[in-house]
Amino acid sequence: MRIVVAMSGGVDSSTVAGLLHEQGHEVIGVTLQLYDHGAAVSRKGACCAGQDIHDARRVADHIGIAHYVIDAEARFREAVMKDFADSYAAGETPVPCVRCNQSVKFTDLLALTADLGASHMATGHYVQRVDGPDGAELHRAVDPQRDQSWFLFATTQSQLDRSLFPLGGMPDKATVRAHAQRLGIQVADKADSQDICFVPSGSYADVVAKLRPDAAVPGEIVSESGQVLAVHDGIARYTVGQAKRLGLATHDGEQRRVVLALDPATRRVVVGPKREGTTTVRLREMNWLVPPATRRCTVKLRAREVPHGAVVSAEGVVTLDAPALPAPGQACVLYDGSRVLGGGFISA
Amino acid sequence: MIYLDANATEPLRPAARDALIAALAVTGNPSSVHGAGRAARRILEEARETLARRFGGRAGEIVFTAGGTEADALAVHGLGQGRRIIIGATEHEAIRAAAPDAQVVPVDRQGRVDLDRLGALLAMGPALVCLMHANNETGALHPIAEAAALCRAHGALLHVDAVQSAGRIGASLTGLGAHSLALSSHKMGGPAGAGALLLSPDAAAVFAPLIRGGGQERGRRGGTHATAVIAGFAAAAEGCATTIDLAGLRDRAEQAAMQAGGAAIMAGTDRLPNTAAITLPGVPAETQVIALDLAGIAVSAGAACSSGKVARSHVLDAMGLEAAAGQTIRVSLAWNTTQADIAAFADAYRAVAARLLRRNA
Repeated sequence: MRIVVAMSGGVDSSTVAGLLHEQGHEVIGVTLQLYDHGAAVSRKGACCAGQDIHDARRVADHIGIAHYVIDAEARFREAVMKDFADSYAAGETPVPCVRCNQSVKFTDLLALTADLGASHMATGHYVQRVDGPDGAELHRAVDPQRDQSWFLFATTQSQLDRSLFPLGGMPDKATVRAHAQRLGIQVADKADSQDICFVPSGSYADVVAKLRPDAAVPGEIVSESGQVLAVHDGIARYTVGQAKRLGLATHDGEQRRVVLALDPATRRVVVGPKREGTTTVRLREMNWLVPPATRRCTVKLRAREVPHGAVVSAEGVVTLDAPALPAPGQACVLYDGSRVLGGGFISA
Repeated sequence: MIYLDANATEPLRPAARDALIAALAVTGNPSSVHGAGRAARRILEEARETLARRFGGRAGEIVFTAGGTEADALAVHGLGQGRRIIIGATEHEAIRAAAPDAQVVPVDRQGRVDLDRLGALLAMGPALVCLMHANNETGALHPIAEAAALCRAHGALLHVDAVQSAGRIGASLTGLGAHSLALSSHKMGGPAGAGALLLSPDAAAVFAPLIRGGGQERGRRGGTHATAVIAGFAAAAEGCATTIDLAGLRDRAEQAAMQAGGAAIMAGTDRLPNTAAITLPGVPAETQVIALDLAGIAVSAGAACSSGKVARSHVLDAMGLEAAAGQTIRVSLAWNTTQADIAAFADAYRAVAARLLRRNA
């Protein structure tokens, strides 16, 4: 098979390329240039390409496969970075990795895959593709520590049918590194990437402020009754459930306050004692990987949490068995055991 | 692999390879007093005379550089002191980056500089005008003789980047009426690593060096010469005088592309004989380049960044191509391109275009 491998320059996707090549496939390595690295690290004269792109090219050369760098900057800026900033400005907490998977990777790169006459695209994601009676199914990775299924819930059935995830069945990361060593891949010891790729310094609020200055305008931190307790330096720095950065509003007597809501229109951060939460979660932009219907399932409202028991309707209304604190903008992913049934973004 | 990316680099000519290898065996620094130095010096001076014979000017006013980019930058620095810099909108990055504050003269749909606008800018005072003889992406030829006459009339200096034209069409410092001319070894089938800036006597008189070093090149460019590379450069310059006419093969490649749904946007214009710019409507140029590479055909698009990504072409943008600017590839024939190569290109292009047009319909 001719297979396009999305190579980030890290050990996971490098190993995928090496393994598929070893199995005799015609592998084409593609690396997406998502943003101007020189501008992101604010170093004038720095190359537009980060070290990762050079690493990917070196690995492809070592394996002996063709490798190309695709300019996805404009699309990434529009579909991921702008959405990221807009979401914070609207008082939500976005998941840029899901947006990137939805647009740049599983739409554009799959289109390129077809353009190049390749049957499949493979990535280094830790999820399993299981071929079931009705086509490809998306399942959690074997290694629960590495499972990335939450970030891939928006992959459509037709995208899934043309995707391969060779690392989903690996027992652990050490095994992947061992394969990388065996294949002589130089990045075998490279550290895992962290956090959000286009926020190299770790200050996402600065990125938001640059794209949406209105989200960095100071405002008030108020109680549920509207009493002003403190001031803040932009609602982009807050998310529902957060207990940090509340200043003078941190405590109500002995009790700690948390963020209950964000109001972008008045730039107010509403705080109060931690609530019991809600049992009803409305989802938008639903993606179903099974026929939509009212179903008993488990759901994850955050990337890293123990799944909640719930019932979901075909329209995307989730009724939790026990109350929880969903953050608008985050994903709610539906599972049946290890299988991803679909999911959506949490509405305010 | 069928190599049709000669404007990026030409295949090494056998005579250049022989001259390079022979000169590598010569130990000696051309600046040394002893016999070994004199042997190296002889290679260097013979190369200088060859270039003067082929590309005009006086041997003593040829400055060897590390390549075309350095020759262009040296012209801007060496001749631009106290003058405004005026450049064409489609100049190579070698010029654009060396003159970031330059006044830019627009080009027409065929990539030719607007002489009226140039004249108007020249009327504003002392200037150095930088124009390329032939464009690297389209092969378009600027009206250099007319531009040179304008420069003379206004007392301006004219630097011509002849990196793509030298060896492919007649290109000489004196013939074009320029004050300086930039050349590159590997664009004429020599080894990469050498270039030259040819100066007219007027230009030589006002030239300000950038790297002084040990005073080599009559104080115009310091640093020990790459003698062997320069020997290969001169052999290539000699060899490209007998280049076969590639226009017929180029036209055949364009016809094949047009039958498959492509558009040869420079067909019928005054341009280099080896260069074709072909648009496949609706298909990103980088996809075309990759698909053709996988089919064994080496072509290019836009300007390659050091990351390898294909950046949008400022040349095609300046020509007013709009969306087509991002959907156009460059096919540039090499000195040794054959009929069989073009037939293979035609087959591959047909197959690739059929798939891409179906997918992007």
